[in-house]
Amino acid sequence: MSTTEAPAERHALGKSMQRKEDSRLIAGKGRFLDDHVLPNMLFLAIVHSPYAHARIKKIDKTAALAVPGVKAVITADDLAGAGLAWIPTFHGYDKQMVLAVGKVLYQYQEVAGVVATSREAAFDGVEAVEVEYEPLDPVVDPYESKKDTILVREDRENKTNHIYHWEVGDRAKTDSALAGSEVAIKERLWFQRCHPAPLEPCGSIADMNPATGRLTLYITSQAPHAHRTVVSLVTGIPEDKIHLISPDIGGGFGNKVPVYAGYVVSAVASIVLGAPVKWVETRTENLTTTGFARDYHMDVEIGATKAGRVTALKVTTTADHGAFDAAADPTKYPAGLFGICTGSYDFPIAFTELDAYFTNKAPGGVAYRCSFRVTEASFAIERGMDLLASKLGMDPADLRLLNFIKKEQFPYPSPLGFVYDSGSYHETLNKALDKIGYRELRREQAEKRARGELMGIGISTFTEVVGAGPSKHFDIMGIKMFDSAEIRIHPTGSGIVRAGTKSQGQGHETTWAQIVAEELGLDPSNLMVEEGDTDTAPYGLGTYASRSTPVAGAALAMAARRVRDKAKKIAAHVLEVAEDDVEWKDYKFAVKGVPDKTVTMKEIAFAAYTNPGPNEPGLEATYYYDPPNLTFPYGAYIAVVDVDRATGETKVRRFLAIDDCGTVINPMIVEGQIHGGLTEGFAIAFMQEISFDQNGNHLQPNFTEYLIPTSLETPHWETDSTCTPSPHHPIGAKGVGESPNVGSPAAFVNAVMDALSPLGITNIDMPLTRDKVWRAIAATGK
Amino acid sequence: MKVSVNVNGTAYERDVEPRKLLAYFLRDDLGLTGTHVGCDSSSCGCCVVMLDGEHAVKSCTMFAVQADGREVTTVEGLVQGGKLHPIQQAFTDCHGLQCGFCTPGMMLTSVAFLKQNPQPSESQIREALAGNLCRCTGYQNIVKAVQQAAAELSADKTAEPVAS
Repeated sequence: MSTTEAPAERHALGKSMQRKEDSRLIAGKGRFLDDHVLPNMLFLAIVHSPYAHARIKKIDKTAALAVPGVKAVITADDLAGAGLAWIPTFHGYDKQMVLAVGKVLYQYQEVAGVVATSREAAFDGVEAVEVEYEPLDPVVDPYESKKDTILVREDRENKTNHIYHWEVGDRAKTDSALAGSEVAIKERLWFQRCHPAPLEPCGSIADMNPATGRLTLYITSQAPHAHRTVVSLVTGIPEDKIHLISPDIGGGFGNKVPVYAGYVVSAVASIVLGAPVKWVETRTENLTTTGFARDYHMDVEIGATKAGRVTALKVTTTADHGAFDAAADPTKYPAGLFGICTGSYDFPIAFTELDAYFTNKAPGGVAYRCSFRVTEASFAIERGMDLLASKLGMDPADLRLLNFIKKEQFPYPSPLGFVYDSGSYHETLNKALDKIGYRELRREQAEKRARGELMGIGISTFTEVVGAGPSKHFDIMGIKMFDSAEIRIHPTGSGIVRAGTKSQGQGHETTWAQIVAEELGLDPSNLMVEEGDTDTAPYGLGTYASRSTPVAGAALAMAARRVRDKAKKIAAHVLEVAEDDVEWKDYKFAVKGVPDKTVTMKEIAFAAYTNPGPNEPGLEATYYYDPPNLTFPYGAYIAVVDVDRATGETKVRRFLAIDDCGTVINPMIVEGQIHGGLTEGFAIAFMQEISFDQNGNHLQPNFTEYLIPTSLETPHWETDSTCTPSPHHPIGAKGVGESPNVGSPAAFVNAVMDALSPLGITNIDMPLTRDKVWRAIAATGK
Repeated sequence: MKVSVNVNGTAYERDVEPRKLLAYFLRDDLGLTGTHVGCDSSSCGCCVVMLDGEHAVKSCTMFAVQADGREVTTVEGLVQGGKLHPIQQAFTDCHGLQCGFCTPGMMLTSVAFLKQNPQPSESQIREALAGNLCRCTGYQNIVKAVQQAAAELSADKTAEPVAS
């Protein structure tokens, strides 16, 4: 079966429909968190610690309370009265301070909240809060943290910075295979700490109605229902008394999944003061205190035969988790889905283990535009394969083609426990090689090398694992990771579609309508999509880790099929035949064998309310979808770079991304997602790092230091696709938004290392700034 | 302090604190929330508005009182006579926005730029947009949108004499 044939003409799927959300966003009529104004609203601003590690001797509120407009100053002592000084982390293995309790554990940690009648007055109040600190030595390096010389968490029973050990695979067999391998590589790769930095910062408005006892929370939330349940569990407020609204979101990328101090303090302040309280963080607060990503130090070992067949993989990771173990991973997966580190290759045996440590840095470990820890894993294997190719003296494309899992091996059980659903890896890489003119580029490179010029070609043929997830394995705080959809068709054939997900720019209002329209033969522009309001949307776990299309997208298709099943009964009544004689054909109901006797879904919608016959009136359905497996989108990316020997500057000359995300819902949106993800991958590879000095000072607390690529340095992206549908997803879709951010960093780094290989340089840790590359070149003395 | 300012063709007079930034004046005092704030360091450009019909400025770098006697155009003022401005149409046609948070600033920067340079090259567009950050699109479709708007605006201009 060839999977790349052009699909037959479809009603709504696979079409580049313009986005329904655009009309308000281009008019300045979006409604983001900070755009909401409620009567008598107060403002919250936060006092932050200047130290990375210090005891709090005293907090004096007096001067702050005297500032005009200041209504309250809230500290951990005040929260303790409400049982909210500490809250559990998402997977429940640790707890975290809301405001500093006794000591601060990282620079910029939240110490107190000031509530005032205006934004400006609240910040005036922050300046006036007097906090007396006794500085302590911090530990900022996870390898130092291992020594337990400085204890980050005195509150824990175990007096160690070690948080947990996790492993999967066969250690003994892997070690033995590596020891006996003809060729082996071993390299320490650091995927640096970075930050999702959505352009809209995080924020909340808490509005406790003292008369009804109902708390309305507007939160920049990627997971509104999960947040509602967390609020209920933590505060004891019955869940029906909590209404959580996630409005228009200005980008999330995983940063808007965790629960932050500002959310909790604004809620407590509203309850205490009986007025709505708004908190909107500054950019500095966003970069210094909210969920960071990555920070994995990975020792990668690959064994192979002299001919290049891989025989074993081992990855040993030291993870820097910061001051709390707040990584937003599913309960049973403390290191997320890192087991995808065998990638697209047929390893007979593999083993991976990870040890996580506390340090005096902000907590996080969020799935930044990737499924849980999949970016780190993909980087490890794709860099590892290039290091192996280099050691073997083999072309990195040939090494990959030799070791790919073959199409006929799917469903493929990986040595680390996944069952890959589908893939056509040879086809996709060959398409990329042809399209970019790979062999010609290698010839050009040889000529340039002869002249001493540094040109590099980097390949990354990653496989992602997304769509968490099947309920037998996946939960967050015990809640299974299904997702949901509800469809109501109105009498005139338009309708409302609701889902438990929450778009942050992905275009769900358009793509969800297309999925439903495809199943029902209705006009997608008349299917209104609503998400983010817990009073109206069915319960779902939200949008992150590329789970929306694999899970909620499936729920939408299945809910639509339920609507169609109901409609079929009404169609039988309208067509005056038995239900068995009705078929759904060409997006209409027809009488079998009488092709011109048809009725449209629009007509059936009217009949459902005017002439349902013996059937229950109305036309609506809800579906909760528990995925049978994860999905495995993949791609073949090729970067071509030129490195300036004199300055260390890298110019990305070309970048080609061939993605295979299964069935495509809206090609325009998919392409846009890929452009965006590649740009974030480019930023990580060349520009971005959250770093600290030895005193724990955060060195990138603003966009002047934490660099976001602009239109000037962002390369031109070339994109294309192959299509290998997921066999277990109702419409064959796999998810795509995160693939480019997962797959591209290794392609960039492989390209630069390829360029530098004549100098004997094999690895430079990201970001590959011109300064770092220049120093590496200079150190070779060549 | 008193400030008199014309925003999107409407004259406003307000009493504001001298330290109030123009961005917050537009958002909080005038309710024009299409102008967004994404950073504290004038880096992101989400707050760009047009001053006196020609200059793109980051409204977080100006105090409201500095706009006294000036004309300000925000995203809410782009629609004319119920019709989308060509830059708005181009952003949606070319899929030049995803989350939409940077979009108002991007469009205002583009409108001001196209007044100065009606037929720009791609590299000139990329240079003009370098003060506006986007985390979603990778800029490629934004550049396309500016090219489409440039073509549309030039066509409008050449059409005008014929019409009159």
